[in-house]
Amino acid sequence: MEQLLNLLPPLLEGTWVTIQLALASTVLGGILSFAAGIGKLSRNFFVRAISVAYIEIFRGTSLLVQMFWLFFALPLMGISLSPVLAGILALSLNIGAYGAEVVRGAINSVTQGQYEAAVALNFSKRYTLWHVILPQALVEMMPPFGNLVVQNLKDTALVSLITLADLTFRAQNLRNLTLDSVPIYSLTLVIYFVLALIFMSGMRWLERVIAFRVGVAQGRARA
Amino acid sequence: MLFGIEWDTSSDLAFAISILPILLRGLIVTVQATALGFVIAIVLGLILALLRMVPLKIVSWPTAIFLEFVRDTPLLVQLFFLYFVLPEYGIVLPAFLTGAIALGLQYSGYTAEVYRAGIEAIPRGQWEASIALNMPAWLLFRDVIIPQAFPRIVPALGNYLVSMLKDTAILSAVTVLEMLHVGRIIGDRTFRYFIPLTMVGGLYLVLTLLSSLAVRFTENKLPKDGIPLR
Repeated sequence: MEQLLNLLPPLLEGTWVTIQLALASTVLGGILSFAAGIGKLSRNFFVRAISVAYIEIFRGTSLLVQMFWLFFALPLMGISLSPVLAGILALSLNIGAYGAEVVRGAINSVTQGQYEAAVALNFSKRYTLWHVILPQALVEMMPPFGNLVVQNLKDTALVSLITLADLTFRAQNLRNLTLDSVPIYSLTLVIYFVLALIFMSGMRWLERVIAFRVGVAQGRARA
Repeated sequence: MLFGIEWDTSSDLAFAISILPILLRGLIVTVQATALGFVIAIVLGLILALLRMVPLKIVSWPTAIFLEFVRDTPLLVQLFFLYFVLPEYGIVLPAFLTGAIALGLQYSGYTAEVYRAGIEAIPRGQWEASIALNMPAWLLFRDVIIPQAFPRIVPALGNYLVSMLKDTAILSAVTVLEMLHVGRIIGDRTFRYFIPLTMVGGLYLVLTLLSSLAVRFTENKLPKDGIPLR
């Protein structure tokens, strides 16, 4: 028991880094998802081409390859990224590509009648997208986004391989120091599990809030 | 030099051409790890999915918690756990085997969910009809449930195969000489990371494209309404 208590402080320090990484890359990844997901549906050929290329490249290769590429290969082109920046960038670019497919799918799932009604009401394209389509699509997006957030949290463990002192990195350090593999890795797994449960319930709460808000907005529009 | 193959650093193109056969050696290991990991995942996932459905709570609850735990913790940490903890209990496995087991374990959490969803998607009427016909459970599964669940399960499993292929890169963390690790070693020795790592990315892209095509092809070949009875 005492041994476990001694392990906890360094692991919790790493946990805090993991949480920050997960939050930062989730937010940045969310923005990328919308940009690329909407971009893939754009009428402009170049916007569409860039979005498709981004999505295919980042979904088609390993996250770890992307991370190593940003960390080891880019400096040789004169662009040097710190481990934190390379880690966050790789995580958000990766999860953003998966999120883009979710956004695209959700937008496509909005029924044709909604578009026709928006045309009949003479709404502009932008107004239709932001005030008619996206609010409805957002409700559809939330469950798959919840899965991606947990996926992203798990993926943050990879930053330990580019020397970032996250939870996994701390666990590795402790093992090299003490060789107590069983308690260290068991505790690390449990911490990740608890984090995942917290992130999941956070996303479920957000899901309910959004569904409620969109429902209210529709009610007001009808009245 | 790696695997007895020399690289040629006279120009970028010559370098790229000379390291391609070395990277392909790594690619073979990547494919092998995926194949073994996937076999473990579909077998273990099926066992876990069935245990999850056992009407005894002493069996189904721990299985459900185990599945949730495996799904929600990082593959890398699970891999380290197996790699460092198993030898403490006298189980010393080669890194490749440990890696394949870790992949199979993590993905069994996903495949178990695929099996469950595939079986639950069978309409209730089918179960009721088989009860009405007094069908024994094994016949119900052999002739009613599995033939109909199969076309739903296979495409989802295929997607996880592609996903697992990409995750094999993580095995480089425990010294498995798969493609990414080989690329890193070339970079470490020549101080040229750009070309090998970009080529590794390109090779992954080719691999995932080919395997996605294979998955789509099988999906289209499957009878949508289930496998016809003999």
